Amino acid sequence: MKWGVVTFPGSNDDRDTAHVLRNVLGQETVPLWHKSADLEGVDCVVLPGGFSYGDYLRCGAIARFSPIMGAIARHAASGGLVLGICNGFQVLCEAGLLPGALVRNRDLRFVCRDVTLRVESISNPFTNLAFAGDVWRIPVKHGEGCYVADPATLDEMEREARILVRYCRPDGSRVRDDGAGRSDYNPNGSARDVAGVMNAGRNVFGLMPHPEHAADPAILGAEGARRSADGMRIFQSIAHWVDQRREQASAGSMR
Amino acid sequence: MGRPTSSERPPVTPELAREHGLTTGEWERLCSRLGRVPTYEELGVATVMWSEHCSYKSSRFHLRRLPTTGDRVVQGPGENAGAVSIGGGLAVVFKIESHNHPSYIEPYQGAATGVGGILRDVFTMGARPIASLNSLRFGDPSHPKTRSLVRGVVAGIGGYGNSIGVPTVGGEVYFDHGYDGNCLVNAFTLGVVEESRLMLARASGVGNPVLLIGSRTGRDGIHGASLLASAEFDATSEEKRPTVQVGDPFTEKLLLEATLEIQAADLAVAVQDLGAAGLTSSSVEMASRGELGIELDLDHVPLRETGMTAYEIMLSESQERMLIVCEPARVPQIQAVCRKWDLEAAVVGRLTDDGTYRVRHHGVEVIAVPVDLLADPPALERPIAEPADAETEVGPEAFPEPEDYERVLRDLVASPNLCSRQWIWDQYDHFVGGGTLVHPGGDAAVVQVVGTDLKVAMTVDCNSRYCQLDPYVGASIAICEAARNLVASGAEPIGVSDCLNFGNPERPEIMWQFEQAVNGIRDACVAFRLPVVSGNVSFYNETEGRAIPPTPTIAMVGLVRASQPLTSWFKAAGDEIWLLGSSREELAGSEFAAIVHGRRDGAPPWVDFRAEQALHQVVLSAAERSLLASCHDVSDGGLAMAMVESCCSVPDGLPMPGARIRLAEGMRPDAWLFGESQGRMLVSVKREASSALRDLASGHAVPAMQLGEVGGTTLDLDDLVSIPVAELAAVWRGAFGALVDGGTRR
Repeated sequence: MKWGVVTFPGSNDDRDTAHVLRNVLGQETVPLWHKSADLEGVDCVVLPGGFSYGDYLRCGAIARFSPIMGAIARHAASGGLVLGICNGFQVLCEAGLLPGALVRNRDLRFVCRDVTLRVESISNPFTNLAFAGDVWRIPVKHGEGCYVADPATLDEMEREARILVRYCRPDGSRVRDDGAGRSDYNPNGSARDVAGVMNAGRNVFGLMPHPEHAADPAILGAEGARRSADGMRIFQSIAHWVDQRREQASAGSMR
Repeated sequence: MGRPTSSERPPVTPELAREHGLTTGEWERLCSRLGRVPTYEELGVATVMWSEHCSYKSSRFHLRRLPTTGDRVVQGPGENAGAVSIGGGLAVVFKIESHNHPSYIEPYQGAATGVGGILRDVFTMGARPIASLNSLRFGDPSHPKTRSLVRGVVAGIGGYGNSIGVPTVGGEVYFDHGYDGNCLVNAFTLGVVEESRLMLARASGVGNPVLLIGSRTGRDGIHGASLLASAEFDATSEEKRPTVQVGDPFTEKLLLEATLEIQAADLAVAVQDLGAAGLTSSSVEMASRGELGIELDLDHVPLRETGMTAYEIMLSESQERMLIVCEPARVPQIQAVCRKWDLEAAVVGRLTDDGTYRVRHHGVEVIAVPVDLLADPPALERPIAEPADAETEVGPEAFPEPEDYERVLRDLVASPNLCSRQWIWDQYDHFVGGGTLVHPGGDAAVVQVVGTDLKVAMTVDCNSRYCQLDPYVGASIAICEAARNLVASGAEPIGVSDCLNFGNPERPEIMWQFEQAVNGIRDACVAFRLPVVSGNVSFYNETEGRAIPPTPTIAMVGLVRASQPLTSWFKAAGDEIWLLGSSREELAGSEFAAIVHGRRDGAPPWVDFRAEQALHQVVLSAAERSLLASCHDVSDGGLAMAMVESCCSVPDGLPMPGARIRLAEGMRPDAWLFGESQGRMLVSVKREASSALRDLASGHAVPAMQLGEVGGTTLDLDDLVSIPVAELAAVWRGAFGALVDGGTRR
């Protein structure tokens, strides 16, 4: 399959993400420039982390108007896959491709550390190689990662299994501590511990943790096997999904 | 000083020169070299170029003594940063720089622009920055300004570093009442470049155009270098807030990408960033290095606001700007790259062959001064006098032995200088770039150059209490400790950058501290064969006559030789714990002496370069043979704190092991546990590897002593201490947040 990684002015993790897709996952990956409206035929577009356009107004508020976002919206409308990581998640919410919004962290400070995530749902293009209930260790690094949405939207996403990952304790449990459904391992105050959500069309996924920083074995081996490669599961799931669709399509056309 | 408003161009008089900060001698020199009274603009540029901050006039005489050469040195001092070869055709480019005065006046912006400035110094040379560190000093935690300074400085460093996408991978923080009136913010950045593509800031090619790219020029930061950085603080310092610049990391990110693209395409002849003294110093330095003249036309400088005078344009310290010299045919290509990144790029001048610095504004020549007059003010040999209150011997008998060792340990673990700094690094992105191998909290940070097997280790160190007690010994210990931190990560030290923070150089006792510290750095670097390739001097860290403790911060870079870096935490129950190096009955100058006994006097610990080097050889050889499970430098807080850290610094998600050790006879237990003898490492090894380690140590004549083993859930120090490690870890990790904002969440 073919991946595209978008570079907005102020994108920071575009190089890291492309490195993982190209050199660790071993798949064709092209850079996509924000001023272009050409997606070069990619199967999955990745909106990377960073501070697009400086994020001085509101995270993702300017990026949504860039030429490439129109192309990404059309790609998504026709069923193409889109993955938004951190700032990419914020851009997708601003662009209306995902519900809800990301606001300043509960304690008003930037937070960078490993968090544990529970996989909530697996029947989708993004987490299909996991088992429901798996606990992943993937870092977050953001100042505005507190996910908010109205209760009806959250209820609907829960019903439709569109909340794919939630912040949890290392053993997978969620201990409620503040009366608002947020556990003590929630790093930013997100509603119902949401770490990542999928759209109703089930082809656009945004999450605050950074799977590309939990993926490269050359880096993860140091520190006495400190870090996990759990982030790879997301990229591998997407690749697996695309391959399966291809096989089904070609099997269908042969019939 | 009453800076005139935009329309004014006051008559230049000796009084005005004095208000600018020129001495009578400097004023006379300026007039006699020009053969006339300078213009208002000439006075302005001469003042900033001759300021302590830009000219190093008080320090140059001493800095000449530092060793700056070596097999690996690609670029020594004199450029924007130093460069050292790491093999594979690559070089690391690095430098540490202070931003002390602005950070005290305006902590967020001061610290943020400090980070921005050091990043520019590195990518100006064509190197992509891959890691930053910082070294911070604050006043006593109980001082009313301390908490807000800590919060502001940390937020500013994070705000800039996180936004631009360079990981902040480590650093150090100390509190001492000696910094109550002057905090220190020293920022370090390291980048990587192909050696053959290293870009210098040496102008060449008469007639070549000079481009200014990046942000527009505004009225911010005027006289930051001369008034803020080159004078003491007093009661009016708050009024200098307008001289602090405001950072824009987003524009810097664009400038970074555009600059690297320009250099990758070989479009530039020379590149120089605009830092202190803005357009003035960048253009003077470029011309001076190339031994050429330069002429600028200020009508072409893109401005942020209307009505700016020539004086303001020349002295503005607006951030995120870069000066580029190129061949005339390259101008459109450079402008195209800048357009791609939405940056301004204007031709503002050209190189000339007459050695004159000329500036025109609205068709009038406002400056015509020899470049060398501006660039090379005479080095001063300031008077030096050893202070009368020289060090006194303070033996162990000065410290009554504690009755309750558990209480002492708990006090140390929670103390401001020994508790975990996680509260800080949780606010820094230390992942971006995808190369971080050893994250903050270890002895040194280690970053892989992505796409290669090269692993670069880096650290910043200085114990300023030792330097206060004896600046020579303290500075040489800073070199030893930095080297030891690299070695404890499995890295061989390859280069040094220093940031020398001192009080007012016009006071002979401050110059004595400076001279002694430079000598200490020199002797240690010569012993370790380490070149000092870049650095920075910050004088006038003084408020109302009270100077900071001398603080020669050492940034050191190393290369990991083993296949994996070493880490500091204990790995597995049953591993043996060994202490390498000699322990002496030294308590004076220690954290223990300060916290438990309230004493900060005496002589700092003994330093022995040969013993230190032998220790390094043992550890590096052991690391290459994969003998060590963990390795940790024994420093502040002594053996007891090294034990606590080796237990409690285990990353989240891994089990936290306990440990037990026994102390040998022959020394008081408090000296064993809390003394800060130098040249020691605490290591753990698999049982079957311990004889190989012992043989290796004895082969290098390094004392090696088995202390105990890893295991259990408590930290047991002889029969004196037995505390659950989980309890120690909670106190150790929570103390900093409690100190800074009265509580932290985890």
